[in-house]
Amino acid sequence: MGTLEFYRTILFPALNQGLRVSVAIIIPSAILGLALGVLVGAGRTLGKPWLTRLLDAYVAVFRGTPLLVQLMMWFYGLPTISVFLEARFGPGVRPFSDAFRLSPYAASVTAFALCSGAYQSEYIRGAILSIKRGQFLAAQALGFTRGQTFWRITAPAAARRALPGCGNEIIYLIKYSSLAMIVTMSELTGKAKEIASLYFRHLECYLATACYYLALVTLATWLLSYAEKRLSIPGDPSLS
Amino acid sequence: MALGGAMTGKGQPAPGGNGSPAFRGDGGARHLLEACGISRTAGGKRLLDGVSLSLDRGELKVLIGPSGGGKSTLLQCIHFLTPPDEGDVLLDGESAREMSRKNICLFRREIGMIFQDFNLFDHLSARDNVAVALRRVKGLPKKLAYERAASELERVGLADKWALYPAQLSGGQKQRVSIARALAMDPKVMLLDEPTSALDPELIGEVLKVIHDLHDGGMTMLMVTHQVGFAKHLTREFLFMEDGRITERGSPEELLKDGSGTRTSDFCSKLSEIQGGP
Ligand SMILES: Nc1ncnc2c1ncn2[C@@H]1O[C@H](COP(=O)(O)OP(=O)(O)O)[C@@H](O)[C@H]1O
Ligand SMILES: [Mg+2]
Repeated sequence: MGTLEFYRTILFPALNQGLRVSVAIIIPSAILGLALGVLVGAGRTLGKPWLTRLLDAYVAVFRGTPLLVQLMMWFYGLPTISVFLEARFGPGVRPFSDAFRLSPYAASVTAFALCSGAYQSEYIRGAILSIKRGQFLAAQALGFTRGQTFWRITAPAAARRALPGCGNEIIYLIKYSSLAMIVTMSELTGKAKEIASLYFRHLECYLATACYYLALVTLATWLLSYAEKRLSIPGDPSLS
Repeated sequence: MALGGAMTGKGQPAPGGNGSPAFRGDGGARHLLEACGISRTAGGKRLLDGVSLSLDRGELKVLIGPSGGGKSTLLQCIHFLTPPDEGDVLLDGESAREMSRKNICLFRREIGMIFQDFNLFDHLSARDNVAVALRRVKGLPKKLAYERAASELERVGLADKWALYPAQLSGGQKQRVSIARALAMDPKVMLLDEPTSALDPELIGEVLKVIHDLHDGGMTMLMVTHQVGFAKHLTREFLFMEDGRITERGSPEELLKDGSGTRTSDFCSKLSEIQGGP
């Protein structure tokens, strides 16, 4: 088979398929991760001490262990619990114990969202802490409740400060989504590996795959700088 | 020593001066604002030690004293931004101490606060800085809130600056926006914490003028300032604060008289040496 023929009929169709799977992993992981990051970041800065400690522990665990290990835990480790429950309580518990058997897709999104959320919460926390206490005082002095102060004053200002960091984390997520291939997902990298070993064309396959990721990251970068521009405050570089 | 009470030098507040109906006929029997025995301890230090003061309608009192004496802490306690450990604040006879959390928000609305470093909301335009509380706290529709914001900005001489953001304004302009923001809530009292201390000398005048106009309009104010020359013409009473207590109070003439030997005159002459003015 000629080289161009290989690209046209084999490699690109396979990578396009993989791209769809990758995007299907990345988008929900990014959204869930960001939402989790906002909640956890807000909870860590504004919550009661017990909540802060609990959330700090979550962040410590998920930032402190390799994502690959977390992913394998969700996919290969968790079903052990089902096996244990079934051995202990009989097949009657199956509807319940099956909840621990995550599909490769569910395991990937779970792992990525939880890990991403831990990192996102750091950016959110830093942004909230960077909003001067004076702004909080001014809002309280005008009669804002605590909730209104957070949603109307702290959050909009903090969101602008957090945006570059959170965007960066999403760009990381695009790249570490390639780990999903370890739990048998046929996403971009998984597809590339399949084709590369089947046709023994490693260099071309991985180069092409790298270009796919580069395109995804470039697109995300554009979207982010567009958002930053839309939200920018005239005259104030610190609020990007 | 005059301790509040009788009529102010300015007489009756100008009607409609701040949008709220002016009370009449209670003969000054009740102060508009009364702080009694305010104490606060933080970090093992007694920041405020049983401070009491009162403000009558239309009155301006001036709080002076060395830095670290507790003036800012006192203003924040009167506002219940940092609730005092002991003591109470009565606004129109209503005790802040007995209020629920929700009512404290209502109480705070009635007292305008001006901060030394403005504390404008950096992510909002001048107009939105003024309008945001009207919309979110008072629930005014956007159009009305913007109209009110426009008229308050005009009142402080910034009608044409409504679209600018804090980072695009000078210090004096920022402070005037913050005054407009407070005025828009129709406060009964204004607390001003060194409103000109963070300003370059040439910008102080524009802010003092706004404060002067407010006083002429009958606004009740408690102002911390080092602009003694400005303040002594407006106020009937200076309060001198040191180490968390008000140690001297009286008319400027009384306290600043040559050879009166008061801490106030001592402090003010040191200030004027630094400021190079009267
Ligand atoms: N939260 C706090 N904990 C401990 N000390 C504080 C706190 N807030 C203010 N202080 C101290 O209280 C004193 C009075 O401060 P402040 O009210 O700002 O004085 P002023 O406004 O008269 O300069 C200062 O010595 C300051 O360091
Ligand atoms: Mg102060």
